[in-house]
Amino acid sequence: MYRYDEFDAAYVKNRVKNFREQVNRRIDGSLTEDEFKPLRLMNGLYLQLHAYMLRVAIPYGTLNSRQMRTLAMIATKYDKGYGHLTTRQNIQYNWPALKDVPDILDDLADVEMHAIQTSGNCIRNVTADHFAGAAADEIEDPRPTAEIVRQWSTEHPEFLYLPRKFKVAVTGSPNDRAVTKAHDIGLRMLRNNAGEPGYEVIVGGGLGRSPFVGKVVRDFLPKADLLPYLEAILRVYNLQGRRDNKYKARIKILVHETGTDELRAMIEEEFAKMDGPSIALDPSEIERIENYFAPPQFSDLPAESVALSAAKAADAEFATWVDVNTDAHKQSGYTIVTVSAKAIGEAPGDLTTAQMNVIADLAEQYSHDELRISHEQNAILPHVKLDDLPAVHAALVEAGLATANANLISDIIACPGLDYCALATARSIPVAQDIQRRFSDPVRAKAIGEFKIKISGCINACGHHHVGHVGILGLEKAGIENYQITLGGDHTETTAIGDRAGPGFSFEQVGPAIERLVDAYISLRADESERFIDTYRRLGLEPFKAALYNEEKEAA
Amino acid sequence: MPLVTKQGFQPTPEITYVLVEEIGAANQASLAVSVPSDTDAAVLAPHLEKIALIGIDFPSFADGRGFSIALRLRRLGFEGELRARGYLISDQYPHAMACGFDTVEIDDEMAERQPYEQWKAATEKVLPPYRVKRAG
Amino acid sequence: MAKLFKPKIISANDLLAGDVVYMNSGYGWTRKLAEAAIAHDENAADALLEKAEPQQDKVVGPYLADVALDDDGRPFPTHFREKFRTRGPSNRVDLGKQATNPERREPLAASGGI
Ligand code: SF4
Repeated sequence: MYRYDEFDAAYVKNRVKNFREQVNRRIDGSLTEDEFKPLRLMNGLYLQLHAYMLRVAIPYGTLNSRQMRTLAMIATKYDKGYGHLTTRQNIQYNWPALKDVPDILDDLADVEMHAIQTSGNCIRNVTADHFAGAAADEIEDPRPTAEIVRQWSTEHPEFLYLPRKFKVAVTGSPNDRAVTKAHDIGLRMLRNNAGEPGYEVIVGGGLGRSPFVGKVVRDFLPKADLLPYLEAILRVYNLQGRRDNKYKARIKILVHETGTDELRAMIEEEFAKMDGPSIALDPSEIERIENYFAPPQFSDLPAESVALSAAKAADAEFATWVDVNTDAHKQSGYTIVTVSAKAIGEAPGDLTTAQMNVIADLAEQYSHDELRISHEQNAILPHVKLDDLPAVHAALVEAGLATANANLISDIIACPGLDYCALATARSIPVAQDIQRRFSDPVRAKAIGEFKIKISGCINACGHHHVGHVGILGLEKAGIENYQITLGGDHTETTAIGDRAGPGFSFEQVGPAIERLVDAYISLRADESERFIDTYRRLGLEPFKAALYNEEKEAA
Repeated sequence: MPLVTKQGFQPTPEITYVLVEEIGAANQASLAVSVPSDTDAAVLAPHLEKIALIGIDFPSFADGRGFSIALRLRRLGFEGELRARGYLISDQYPHAMACGFDTVEIDDEMAERQPYEQWKAATEKVLPPYRVKRAG
Repeated sequence: MAKLFKPKIISANDLLAGDVVYMNSGYGWTRKLAEAAIAHDENAADALLEKAEPQQDKVVGPYLADVALDDDGRPFPTHFREKFRTRGPSNRVDLGKQATNPERREPLAASGGI
């Protein structure tokens, strides 16, 4: 993985010093709160309902055990013993004091981490496929690209005061696990007919109040043109994006109001005027960055593990966990383990200090010292030998991290909602907890199969509800929490925005409604291999809507 | 009205700005042109020869359009003075300079709250790695 | 005017600690809603806000929030967002104000609104 060179190290350390000064200038009155706010946001610091919140970047979701241990240490030393994994591959601390934040950032800098541009109207932390560098279906590792974009966008002097936040995601696999079509810019790595590497460039995706699936503005962008092309997109957006209405300020609205063809023409015109070589990185620098992401030294192993087969035969619970929480690795004899941060009844994505330390230990011992954080709020051990799965599982069980629910109904994405977030209109976490408890039986959950529930506590849609198979959006209606349900959303390469089912539900009604929905799906599916989303596509909204609103029958 | 320059705060000299649409009619050389933040830099291209100073408006420090306008003007070959007018804070000074600005016009209240040391300190920050590598 | 007016208090977050604070009748800040100054009419509310807004060196984002009064005249929040702010995260009753202030642990439903 990437290691800081002397420039990175000096910059991040100095940035902490600058932020410390900015905090002091806020306290001594040199900076007003209005002026300080964008500065603190660009350093990851929010003010939430009950306290400050610090959002630490885990660039493209990659970290090592030492970094994870530092995250754990920070949770104990400065916070309340836990952190929250977010849908943008960040970790949030919910209780830091303003005066401690520079110290936290210093501790992070010591392990090559930071909170730079995890908020604010700037280019945010770049995200990538959480199986990057490991997935069997990967064409190319997206992380060097993500790292290049990270470096280019860090304190880019022109793009720190954009109309609104700007999110970039990269995937190197045709099976999109990075939700690239719901980002301001999505980059899909591919090869052209001549076999040269490049990107499909998608612009203007986004969730929030007006959800849009991104539009392709370039079918094939040669790799060398990446930064000049991004710079062209950002310049057009910076100049043309709306600044009169916060809800219309994202690039998706610019694409929508201008038209894809027209906007593409504007981008291409700007791109044509760019002095490309002065913007692109030197090939030698690109190579240097790429080399950091060279695969670890894998052992030569057979595709089948005798030890694993024996352990599975002896322990049904373990066997279920292996089936559900591991994915195909590019290297024979290895697998990708999803460490569920979705234990039944716990807040989705919350990890305690002890759990973070266990995950760090496992990464060090069994996963070439590598970890990923997924936008689905789980941790990933990307390079685990099949032979080691029993040992890994045993340690995870001990730590409460072995819930066999990856991609199942209790693997819910939930934003912090009104339990923490100042922008929230309703709670998310307790809704997720209620649903998890209803589907806590692992046999039932596995029988239901892939079922993506995503919950947001307001229209900002941090919980990606629009692209959940079932999306739940918490709103306020007549002074109480009210939850709108959408169906048929899809976060993959076939991205789709869910359809609104009808009137909202009260807090207490959501769980029973989801139960009715699941029962309807089980009775309607063609066979066990037909996922909820497939059944939905085959039958449409009506039968599911009927089930959702069929309360009277339930009560009778 | 102080002017932030590399040499320190200086009093802003009295200047008569012309608007973009008045440039054609103005026949003196060394014009000072006032440019609102929604201006397309390209409209200035035919006139750059006779312009000595372009003042770009920042209606709010959180409105970054002026940075892109400045870059475009420099790319068009403008070599006169670029001045940010309206509202910038000292933390933005290095970003303004990196985008081609020379000076920043601020009001007295800002000059008092953020004295020159704060503007100078901002220019001494370590640059992000990509900037260093591009510069070198 | 007085007929339709809902009593109000000033809430904000403490600049240094970040936690929820309320303005008291001396125009200082308290962690306890029970100690908050209550505005019983529009003018009093405006006056409180005027005292709060310049205190940028102490708090962030002061605003007026509706309250109702119990039989002893003590304020309690009417909106569920404000209720959460008097307590802490509903999924972690061990954290926030509710952790040290057991009377804040009453179930949300009991105080109405949810
Ligand atoms: S979706 Fe809304 S409530 Fe949830 S984290 Fe985002 S802003 Fe907060």
